[in-house]
Amino acid sequence: MHKESAIREPLILGDKTFKQITDDVCRPIENQAPRGWYILITIATVIALYGVGCILYLIGEGIGTWGLNNAVDWAWDITNFVWWVGIGHAGTLISAVLLLFRQKWRMAVNRSAEAMTIFAVIMAAIFPGIHMGRIWVSYWVLPLPNQFGSLWVNFNSPLLWDVFAISTYFSVSLVFWYIGLIPDFATIRDRMTKPLTKKIYGLLSFGWSGRAKHWNRFEIVSLVLAGIATPLVFSVHSIVSFDFATSVIPGWHTTIFPPYFVAGAVFSGFAMVQTLMLIVRKVMHLEAYIHTKHIEYMNIVIMVTGSIVGVAYLTELFMAWYSGVEYESYAFLNRATGPMAWAYWVMMTCNVISPQLMWVKKWRRSLTFTFILSIVVNIGMWFERFVIIVTSLYRGHMPASWAYFYPTWVDVGVFVGTIGIFTVLYLLYARYFPVLAISEVKTILKSSGENYKDGFGAGEGYYGADGSHGHDHHESHDEVVENTKHEETVAELSEEEIAKNKSTLLDRIGTAEASEADDLKQISGVGPVLEKTLNSIGIFKFEQVSKMTSEEYNLLDSLTKSFPGRAERDNWAAQATELMTK
Amino acid sequence: MADKIIYAMYDDDDKLLDGARMLVSKGIHVNEVFSPMPIHGLDDVIGVRHTRLGIASFLYGLTGLMLATLGMKYFMIDDWMMNIGGKPSFSYLENLPAFIPITFEFTVLCAAHGMAITYLLRNKTLPGMPASNPDPRTTDDMFVMEIRTAENTKYSADELQSMVKSTAIVELDEKTV
Repeated sequence: MHKESAIREPLILGDKTFKQITDDVCRPIENQAPRGWYILITIATVIALYGVGCILYLIGEGIGTWGLNNAVDWAWDITNFVWWVGIGHAGTLISAVLLLFRQKWRMAVNRSAEAMTIFAVIMAAIFPGIHMGRIWVSYWVLPLPNQFGSLWVNFNSPLLWDVFAISTYFSVSLVFWYIGLIPDFATIRDRMTKPLTKKIYGLLSFGWSGRAKHWNRFEIVSLVLAGIATPLVFSVHSIVSFDFATSVIPGWHTTIFPPYFVAGAVFSGFAMVQTLMLIVRKVMHLEAYIHTKHIEYMNIVIMVTGSIVGVAYLTELFMAWYSGVEYESYAFLNRATGPMAWAYWVMMTCNVISPQLMWVKKWRRSLTFTFILSIVVNIGMWFERFVIIVTSLYRGHMPASWAYFYPTWVDVGVFVGTIGIFTVLYLLYARYFPVLAISEVKTILKSSGENYKDGFGAGEGYYGADGSHGHDHHESHDEVVENTKHEETVAELSEEEIAKNKSTLLDRIGTAEASEADDLKQISGVGPVLEKTLNSIGIFKFEQVSKMTSEEYNLLDSLTKSFPGRAERDNWAAQATELMTK
Repeated sequence: MADKIIYAMYDDDDKLLDGARMLVSKGIHVNEVFSPMPIHGLDDVIGVRHTRLGIASFLYGLTGLMLATLGMKYFMIDDWMMNIGGKPSFSYLENLPAFIPITFEFTVLCAAHGMAITYLLRNKTLPGMPASNPDPRTTDDMFVMEIRTAENTKYSADELQSMVKSTAIVELDEKTV
């Protein structure tokens, strides 16, 4: 099926061919990395090494070097853990849930979002590991036969569920990501000329050759993996929330936690995807594949999940009051008005108010605004976890042990260090891996590429504006072409009517000669085929187009018989006016 | 007669699909197609059977479900009846709710990994395997159909060639095996 409603914005801009898609994605891998990359990776490596140093110091000295105290026995460590796991949720959501919903725009971001997921989950896994204190016995979390008699791990404990959930999530995401990468590694392998790089990508591509049977299996494996990864995504953060919700600490012991955590995770994950993708598209010149529409789609997801999170915050407050449990009520009152109220209000501002700004279409389509907002959301979601964890603990049932929490330099160092390690991994990924799913993007070119949507394919005009195409054996397309005609042709007119419409149209917008023609293709929505059609009517100049109003558009539609409403939707007149002044 | 392989190269997935339909309607067996992306609708034309990996995944999932159930029954009920907060685990059923999360995770783990490993083994795509695509452009923008003369004995090699040429090919290649 190659046709998609003309009203939908194209997902691939410009006149792209299969070859150009390959070239555009492979260019950064084949060329020398820009200087900025070396500068960034140097800075990130320094930060990462500092983080590793802090972790080693922590393991050597013990977790007494953290700011934990008698009341606050979980703080930055678990905050960072939940923050990173939450960020990791967008990748699999994009690749699995959106695959099931057949969202084609996901093709532009799924590879990078999955990479982000994997690196984020690795960062998350560091924290429970080092929080154990004795990291060298961390294998005790697994149900292994041991020398202590019949001593098994506690399968009733949400902390153990978490071990299983996170490790399953990590390994399944990795497999999902890698299976998608294999065909793209094969593409790079076949382009490489240097023997060593060819060999490395050859190894990574597992000898993929693109046989029909393999593609058949590939599609089913992707679909089934998406099907089982979808409940997995939801289960993982539900289980993370059980770490808190199954305890009896006021502020944690609430049934709303699983949906609230899942929405929050998607919220923060998409914010991180935005932060990363806005940089990647710019630096790697992928503006044709990841453009305003993709950013807008993701902003809508941020807006919806942000609203769910906002409702959850308010529900928590209501339930604390409505339950009549004074400890519960105090926990929430204390959060909003106590000594740590600043953290609560940072969270409320960043997570509840800021996503509501996305209702304004102009803002959610603004790249600068999106970038700033995505960082605000990242900060807000870190504070959400901090508020849940620390402000529920620092004033517990016993006022005698109330305390405040101050992080130490080790707390800060480990957290900043994980950001460094994450950045190093992501930069390496962006340099050596195909950041777009090349083969998947190719499958949507014909349905969602701007060139095909405008009625001409790259090269020889596979589909003309009138639905014709330039080859003979077209059994496969008859049905499609008929559909297109059915959808897009305006009622047939007689010869005289056409002539009449033509002269009325030219009377209104003025005539022009072919010799003084402007390049009408500069108008977004006009391709070579449409330009010819316009020329045949007698429209050559921007000046003529700029005089069009809805009546003229209708006349034009009756003449061109293609894409009714298109000219008006793209606002050709305004575009032409702008082009005239250039 | 030596087996000759004819490689018909197309620059577009739909042209290959049309070509394949035309050739198959004349009783030609298309041995293999190499493409940079999946071509929807091709499998039925050239007779690629639907994969059973989905069923395999289901069976791996069932295995995971069973292992998780048996494991937790043994660890928590039979081997050592763990008493947590004065609530001993008397039977598997009574304690079932607490076992559901891990049962689910383990089912997914086995279904996903079992299927992925089977997929790689069945494809023979494993680390270090040599690539077998006839032209390096087949992973870029070339769609190649492979026809063997030995499998199409009712036509001569020349007849096959001329029929392939009547489709919208951009290049033709031949190899004698």
